[in-house]
Amino acid sequence: MTQALNLARETLLDAPGLTEGALSQVMDKLLSHQVDAADIFFQYSRLESWVLDDGIIKEGTHSIEQGAGLRAISGDKTGFAYTDDLILPQLLHAADAARAIANAGQTGRQAIASRSDLPQLYAPINPLDSLSENDKLELMRKLDAEARAQDPRVQQVTVSLVAAHDTVLVINDEGQLAGDVRPLVRMNVSVIVEQNGRREQGSSGGGARRALDFFLEEERALGYAREAVRQALVNLEAVDAPAGMLPVVLGPGWPGVLLHEAVGHGLEGDFNRKGTSAFSGRIGEQVASPLCTVVDDGTMPNRRGSLSVDDEGTRTQNTVLIENGILKGYMQDKMNARLMGLPETGNGRRESYAHLPMPRMTNTYMLPGEHDPQEIIASVDKGLYAVNFGGGQVDITSGKFVFSANEAYLIENGKITAPVKGATLIGNGPEAMTRISMVGNDLELDSGIGTCGKEGQSVPVGVGQPTLKIDEMTVGGTAT
Amino acid sequence: MSANDIGQLQQVVSDLLAEAKKQGASSAEAGVHAQQGLDVTVRLGETETIEHTNDHGLGVTVFFGNRKGSANTTDLSPNAVRETVAAACRIARYTSEDPAAGLADPELMATNIPDLDLNHPWDLDALQAAEIARECEDAARGHDQRINNSEGATLHTQNSLFVYGNSHGFIGGYPTTRHSLSCAVLAGEGDQMQRDYWFTSDRLPEHLQSAEEVGIEAAQRTVARLGARKIKTTECPVLFKADLAPGLLRSMIGAIRGPALYRKASFLLDQLGEQIFPDWVVIDEDPHKPQGIASAPFDNEGVATTPRKLVEGGVLQGYVLDSYSARKLGMQTTGNAGGVRNARISSTGESLEQLLKRLDTGLLVTEMMGHGSNLVTGDYSRGAAGFWVENGEIAFPVEEITVAGNLKEMFQGLLAVGADNRIPGSIDTGSWLIEQMTVAGD
Repeated sequence: MTQALNLARETLLDAPGLTEGALSQVMDKLLSHQVDAADIFFQYSRLESWVLDDGIIKEGTHSIEQGAGLRAISGDKTGFAYTDDLILPQLLHAADAARAIANAGQTGRQAIASRSDLPQLYAPINPLDSLSENDKLELMRKLDAEARAQDPRVQQVTVSLVAAHDTVLVINDEGQLAGDVRPLVRMNVSVIVEQNGRREQGSSGGGARRALDFFLEEERALGYAREAVRQALVNLEAVDAPAGMLPVVLGPGWPGVLLHEAVGHGLEGDFNRKGTSAFSGRIGEQVASPLCTVVDDGTMPNRRGSLSVDDEGTRTQNTVLIENGILKGYMQDKMNARLMGLPETGNGRRESYAHLPMPRMTNTYMLPGEHDPQEIIASVDKGLYAVNFGGGQVDITSGKFVFSANEAYLIENGKITAPVKGATLIGNGPEAMTRISMVGNDLELDSGIGTCGKEGQSVPVGVGQPTLKIDEMTVGGTAT
Repeated sequence: MSANDIGQLQQVVSDLLAEAKKQGASSAEAGVHAQQGLDVTVRLGETETIEHTNDHGLGVTVFFGNRKGSANTTDLSPNAVRETVAAACRIARYTSEDPAAGLADPELMATNIPDLDLNHPWDLDALQAAEIARECEDAARGHDQRINNSEGATLHTQNSLFVYGNSHGFIGGYPTTRHSLSCAVLAGEGDQMQRDYWFTSDRLPEHLQSAEEVGIEAAQRTVARLGARKIKTTECPVLFKADLAPGLLRSMIGAIRGPALYRKASFLLDQLGEQIFPDWVVIDEDPHKPQGIASAPFDNEGVATTPRKLVEGGVLQGYVLDSYSARKLGMQTTGNAGGVRNARISSTGESLEQLLKRLDTGLLVTEMMGHGSNLVTGDYSRGAAGFWVENGEIAFPVEEITVAGNLKEMFQGLLAVGADNRIPGSIDTGSWLIEQMTVAGD
């Protein structure tokens, strides 16, 4: 990916007038205390967003963020400072603040070497310019019209389009220089429908590390408009959700947020190094039913959660987290891998130059099993079939996790019957995973909509799974 | 930050507005902010991270008649001023004519800007900050033998400065400070592991709870969760502890905000003048509260903020509007661009013990999980943990349950609000006792 690296060097070094000599000078300053590791992360991000509401293009915003974050690590101690001025005196000043974490008295000198051995999982393009403004707005108006044409009960339609162009360059204490240009596009449609005074909402969207023509392929974006209306209309008919322990069948794709919450966070290296996760010290143990194989794969081309190189300059990979129910490995950034004596996995991510990297997920999903999805539903006497979810949350220490269904149905005598109102599902990660008794052959990934929050930092992620059945889970409805 | 810096930010705002005019905008507004801070975390007695934060940003919105465009950047240089205005103007070429778009009316601009005493910097270096965090974590770790691990204690302090101006000639800005101390620890017993935390936050360092108090409270909350179990699915009264109750009031505020109303996406649609709470409930907003964590003399459009009642006698008295949503609704802005500032709900006067007696047998909720509140329908279903209460006494800790209901009914079924307010945050409330909700467990 020399192309991405060269673009990143142009944007982040050449444009502000920083030479390799200047970079060395800043790195030398960081390394002049007794540090074990150090890095500098340069970033220039442009983002454009548009909102259509009430049938008109109501808002548009253009944002630019740029800066550099400097980090010095000594043992498990981290010093961090950043600047939004990409000039040598400010970088040296930040280096001075960051290195104060360690005692003075070491000299480090590293020659700078560019990494050219990295794959390029997406084209290093600027998606903001990938469609003309008129074409972007035309697309949004088309989705508005499409949603309204679906059903006369549609009262409100909001369409958003966001394109981001993120250029990063990271140099570590070994003098390795890695760069990446990360396009990211996202569209969303949300609607309000009304029938006899009852109002319900529905929303749908998608995205990718692609140019905006992604939304034009196979009427993809029109599909979001249709799907949002379909969901909202289903909710108009929804009855109270059941309350209590029930068998739960989760649909394929986005319901994989289950894995993100139930096991994903608990397998991040930082929590396991500190022994604060319900999965701490359990490598090699059975933590899920033997039907479950779960991976975190940062290498899927063009996907929202993918990265050609992580925010510490480590190549991303496909990491097996759970294989046939046995806990195999954690997701690591450099610091936690080093402190735990485990391999790096390319999961060191940060929201921006103004944030510290941490082990974070990329695309987390479960491999397909053998069952026909229909067979799975037919196996349930009385239960819940949940196909769409809002957000989730986990307490990694107790293992308790929640995720909120916003489209779900009752299963009665093996058949899908009435839609039910949104309800939160709660469980204990390792316990819920052990209760997975059927896994479908229909693996799907989500449509490119996930954002994960951890310690106040948001990063784009992906999830996926086949249809699966959990024998028992607490469903938080109101019908007892 | 010094008075000198505020002069610089004012200059950037003036430059942005002048540049907008030069590039042909019929009106414009601009905001600039600068923030500096320090975050120090101590874990297991050792300094773990020292983070120096230092953020800048400018944003501009231009109007060409009824079309608008916005742009922002982290760069405050003269070049960035020109380019950002140009980016906003470019956007405005493509947005639609929107009759509701525009600045707030000129006669609503704040003219008298009261000093709300919001700036109390803490002159503290990383070593001193680490010392306070260490004292806090030590207090937590030493409080109970069952405390066996820690996520650490963090001291955070920040100074912020912002200036807002618009082409009506309004310009205003002021410095603010915010400090906080938090601590999270783990406890184990048998094969159960639990975590909980406590924090304190204020504009004045001397108003923070002491490091020892924060640590001990974090430890007590964590240890109290040990032995937690599920309960049978049931319907019962639910007491939301004071530190969680602001979330319920936020749901109410979210449902009376302008965008939710003009989009008809609110369970409180058309409820102005209607009884939404029992008749003893009064909710007021005091944006001028001295030293208040959410206080502001003017809103994000330069409109003078004013103390008012949102709810009186249980009846909804007003919405939460900015000038845009007000025009959409054919109403007047309430000076709430940027949100509600310092809401406070009346109390029925009980202590937590008295509320538990009144609850008699039911659930005391001390933690909520997830995002299961639907502001369109009011349907509410969230993960919870807390304590089962029998005959007014805490019986045992519970976890892995949900509480569900409908916010409209929950508000009508509000039996009491305690006098046990804990956090002087943007929403000031005691614990809420709600008549009946569905609790799902085993």
